[in-house]
Amino acid sequence: VQADGTDGNCVTFVLHDEDHTLGNALRYMVMKNPDVEFCGYCITHPSESKINFRIQTRGALPAVEPFRKGLNDLMGVCQHVLNTFEVRLLLKSTQE
Amino acid sequence: RAPQGFRVDLIREEEAALEFDMVGIDAAIANAFRRILLAEVPTMAVEKVFVYNNTSIVQDEILAHRLGLIPIRADPRLFEYRNQGDEEGTEIDTLQFQLKIKCSRNPQAAKESSDPNELYFNHKVYSKHMTWVPLGNQTDLFPDADFRPVHDDILIALLRPGQEIDVLMHCVKGIGKDHAKFSPVATASYRLLPDITLLQPIEDEAAEMLQKCFSPGVIEVQNIKGKKVARVANARLDTFSREVFRHEGLKSLVRLARVRNHYIFSVESTGILPPDVLVSEAIKILMGKCQRFLNELDSVPME
Repeated sequence: VQADGTDGNCVTFVLHDEDHTLGNALRYMVMKNPDVEFCGYCITHPSESKINFRIQTRGALPAVEPFRKGLNDLMGVCQHVLNTFEVRLLLKSTQE
Repeated sequence: RAPQGFRVDLIREEEAALEFDMVGIDAAIANAFRRILLAEVPTMAVEKVFVYNNTSIVQDEILAHRLGLIPIRADPRLFEYRNQGDEEGTEIDTLQFQLKIKCSRNPQAAKESSDPNELYFNHKVYSKHMTWVPLGNQTDLFPDADFRPVHDDILIALLRPGQEIDVLMHCVKGIGKDHAKFSPVATASYRLLPDITLLQPIEDEAAEMLQKCFSPGVIEVQNIKGKKVARVANARLDTFSREVFRHEGLKSLVRLARVRNHYIFSVESTGILPPDVLVSEAIKILMGKCQRFLNELDSVPME
């Protein structure tokens, strides 16, 4: 992870060894945050596996915060999906 | 922040295939799961083939390529990744298999027969001829494990008398992104639930024609008060062929759409891991990715 930007509000994170799998999902979670003015990601070159993930916040919030919150939210969603899926599997196996 | 209205329904579960619904999730996350199922859930597959003797028609590299694609029944969670540049392979990251087979002539065959099954022994090399050779303390680590290819009847090569194959294979853990042989699914896909709305009531002949336009079981023609009326019975079965738009009379009476957050996933496993385990692993891998970046954020000081 590398970050550079003009001030604390707009930061471009360079995530190594990542592609659309995490990029799109994370972008979706960060966009849900009302403090975020701009959020996007791009793959610099298809031969290199790294993405540029840019967050711009409105107001004085440092851009690292929505990034952290997005990651935590994504983990929360995954955990919820995993729990629901496993409960379903258990229900199905006890029914048989 | 738990999403409301989220549910998972298991529709059909077979030995190697699983069909389940996820309702209330977004496209980005559904696609992330699909991509991870295809390319980032690790499995074990043959990586290095040490050829001691290969006098068959199949060239060494072709034979090695074919051996690599054979799915190996070994739980990848029991193994570690091999370190970069590590040539030998230790017992925690490598599985060793041996394939040693020689074709010979059958002396009891009838004089005029031309059936190879009668004339020769071992002329077809199947995956069941691959035997596991335990490394180091693997016999203690895995006392009742039986590592072998998932399917016994994969034809690897054909031999004739006098030809022989003697190879030693090392299996390592890898992911589909590196090479497709490591992909644990035959395929993993999703589609959205179709949403068919009849804008006006459709009757009689038009109802019959409508039923023919869609896949069987989608439209049901009921007899209400003596008239035949069409009704959408099961939109899930439709394959979206859009045949209805080719008929002038029916074109404006039907609206075809998709329910935006209802995903029908279909996962077919190659047999290494059961498909429900694969889905759980994929979700855990996505969580692991997030955790990795959270840890980096906390450890690396910004600017």
